[in-house]
Amino acid sequence: MGRFIRFIFALAILAAGAGWFMTIPKTVSEDQIAGMTGDAAAGETIFNAAGCASCHSAEEARGEEKLVLTGGRRFPSDFGTFVAPNISSDPTHGVGNWSDLELITAIVEGTSPDGRHYYPAFPYPSYGKAELSDIVDLVAYLRTLPADATPSQPHDVGFPFTVRRGLGLWKLLYGDPDWVLTNPPTPEIERGRYLAEALAHCGDCHTPRNAIGGSLTDQWFEGAPVPGSTRGRFPNITPDELGWNAADLAYYLETGFTPDFDSAGGHMVDVIDNTAKLSQEDRAAIAAYVLAIP
Amino acid sequence: MHFRTPLIATLIAATCGTAALAGGHANSAVTARKAHMNLYQHNLTILGNMARGNTEYDAEAAGAAASNIVALTQLSQAGYWDQGTDAESIEGTRASPDLWQNFPDVIEKAQAVSAAAVALEAAAGDGAEALGAAVGALGGACTACHRSYRLQ
Repeated sequence: MGRFIRFIFALAILAAGAGWFMTIPKTVSEDQIAGMTGDAAAGETIFNAAGCASCHSAEEARGEEKLVLTGGRRFPSDFGTFVAPNISSDPTHGVGNWSDLELITAIVEGTSPDGRHYYPAFPYPSYGKAELSDIVDLVAYLRTLPADATPSQPHDVGFPFTVRRGLGLWKLLYGDPDWVLTNPPTPEIERGRYLAEALAHCGDCHTPRNAIGGSLTDQWFEGAPVPGSTRGRFPNITPDELGWNAADLAYYLETGFTPDFDSAGGHMVDVIDNTAKLSQEDRAAIAAYVLAIP
Repeated sequence: MHFRTPLIATLIAATCGTAALAGGHANSAVTARKAHMNLYQHNLTILGNMARGNTEYDAEAAGAAASNIVALTQLSQAGYWDQGTDAESIEGTRASPDLWQNFPDVIEKAQAVSAAAVALEAAAGDGAEALGAAVGALGGACTACHRSYRLQ
């Protein structure tokens, strides 16, 4: 019997060890970005498509002020309230002192410079689908943005979500998702898929989640409750439900006007601020992608 | 700024209007608000479709629709925004309770809508392109308020 207990004990240690190993925060290596040079001008497009300013600018920021990535917007959820950090180029309170590799790792792997998992309120599972060269460009652009010395505020989450290592398990399940739309039938739809799934992370609001916050990708774009709120709902934007054509969608992403000239509201206004800055071709590509959702 | 007066009167009425949560009255406020918004939308659709090239540009029709929008900005909204007619208090509205906490800002945004409507009326006769730009500017003013005070 003593032997059996020792066996179980050894098994438990092994399982814990394996769990520990499997939840180690991942990083991007120097080799993966070897030979890439950041192009800040190209990075501006990635910045707009990825919607960085929508979360990291101050709540009251408008227009050019949205380029000051001071942080502080609060995102209530079932797990607590997340607060967007300062990611301006300030060396102390922002990310000005981070290396390129640290920034890239944060964006695509959701791992901080001190090796901790970020909460997936930060949409790194989406950004992880992006081309690393685009993220290198994005980082070059981020460095051109102004510094702001507002200190980042702590998240307001309770146990067990304070145990960041546990996020490693979440990441095993949801941290590295496949494309939702498989086999895009045209290059335009493929471009739209890249913009929508890897950068704009439309599904983070418009797709419902399970009890632990994983996207229910079989209900892609079917609408979802607003996290941490009983007010309103993110709408179902599947083509049949929406009933818009490609030109309608592209015009909406440019101006915020629906086909019957209602205007966008709530957080979608921040999204329109971003998509208005993309090219006509990119807006048309997103529209084509949305219409290709089954 | 002749449009200021009804707006401010409206909002004062709303602030003081702790009145009548009782059934029908609240619904009539919401119905009136929505009717007002629908009229904006109807006229904006005429203009927007011209701007988008969905319908042929018609200077006269554009001018008429733009004048309607200006007229709508001048209507008194007394009784539209009574206390207790927000989305947390009653069904059938997306008006955020935040609106009732921020009347000075609401007035400012409403005045921006009025100014954009006047500019739209001035541009309506200048061709589809000028019309499109003015419609876009008015859209920005609509959106500024919807962003803060209309729920998803």
